[in-house]
Amino acid sequence: MKMIALDEAVSSIPNGATLMVGGFMGVGTPEQLMDELVRQGRRELTVIANDTASPGVGIGKLVTAKVLRRVVASHIGLNPETQKQMMEGTLQVELVPQGTLVERIRAGGCGLGGVLTPTGIGTVVENGKRTIEVEGREYLLETALQADFALVQAFLCDYLGNLTYALTGRNFNPLIAMAARTVMVCVEHIVPVGVIGPDHVVTPAPLVDYVIARC
Amino acid sequence: MDPQIVIARRIAHELRDGMLVNLGIGIPTLVANYVPAGMHVFFQSENGLIGTGPVPEQGMALRWLTDAGGKPVTALPGASAFDSAMSFGLIRGGHLDLTVLGGLQVDQEGHLANWMVPGKMVPGMGGAMDLVTGAKRVIVAMQHTAKGRPKIVRECSLPLTSARSVDLVVTELGVIAFPEGQATLIERAEGVSVEEVLASTEAELVVPEPGAA
Repeated sequence: MKMIALDEAVSSIPNGATLMVGGFMGVGTPEQLMDELVRQGRRELTVIANDTASPGVGIGKLVTAKVLRRVVASHIGLNPETQKQMMEGTLQVELVPQGTLVERIRAGGCGLGGVLTPTGIGTVVENGKRTIEVEGREYLLETALQADFALVQAFLCDYLGNLTYALTGRNFNPLIAMAARTVMVCVEHIVPVGVIGPDHVVTPAPLVDYVIARC
Repeated sequence: MDPQIVIARRIAHELRDGMLVNLGIGIPTLVANYVPAGMHVFFQSENGLIGTGPVPEQGMALRWLTDAGGKPVTALPGASAFDSAMSFGLIRGGHLDLTVLGGLQVDQEGHLANWMVPGKMVPGMGGAMDLVTGAKRVIVAMQHTAKGRPKIVRECSLPLTSARSVDLVVTELGVIAFPEGQATLIERAEGVSVEEVLASTEAELVVPEPGAA
């Protein structure tokens, strides 16, 4: 793990990169990284995340600033701007059932090619996908997702980079920390090694590449 | 009485001690206000919490303790927090006893459509497809009509949420179940006639003879 300044971290994310971003309606989203992506005028990004929050919150900031080319999410209903850009055809949106999205990310981080899920069978989600019967039940083959960068919000981080999360701020964060080539983390508190006991570490330090210096 | 409250109170009768229950946004959320006294029910928020409690008092909100709509909630003693893979493992894996969701349309075989209106409103399915596919029991909480148009229809014109049929639809007019795949009026709200229900329903509705088992 390396400590890095916010502007330097975001400078290393090129236009056109694919990002996984933690958070559920902005809760557990690294806001500082969102603000800095907008400030540096990044363009043509793909974001894989649960939702696009609401205007002015979390990923909603990226939508409003037209930083994104493509979104893979389960829900965009609380951000009218996302729906507007999608209808206008300026933003591609792939909607994925939430349980499927998180499993595709988990598969991407765990070396699996995909997962078999019953969710989406008999709906438009099935279109263009393989169905596979296992012991008499039909499943959809949903392929794994990976990203160039994971932008994570943690609660505690020790000097080595071990992470824990707070309550519903956890959501997709530990999953995306497994599924991206470079993992950047904003943290609420930095604590000495040992404060987070081995049984309570959720994301082990070797997964973390950069921790954004507190500012 | 407010139709939403009629619906929420009726659904609360379906709760049992020790159940793990997921409530959707809107009318379903109100069900938590009518848990029978002395009964303990575990409420799950799919954003990663079991033991979701009431809205916090003014000034007591914690910014990382929210419901699935992103609104502040509290956590009751004995609550647990987990990531989204665990949360949807609980939902899809058959560990969830009951889910209560809103609906746009339900067809006469019990198929639910509740996640988009093509060309108009595309909020996305969020967790709805997993909930309807995976929960042990699915109850739809919705008003019987929308702007005077029936929501219980012969065939859904909107995209389906799941191939699985729901177990109950509770509206302000009554309760509909789907024995043998056929919409059946099993209960009417107080003061509501069979004719009133039929007049507001497009689906073919079986009405059991009075006194029939």
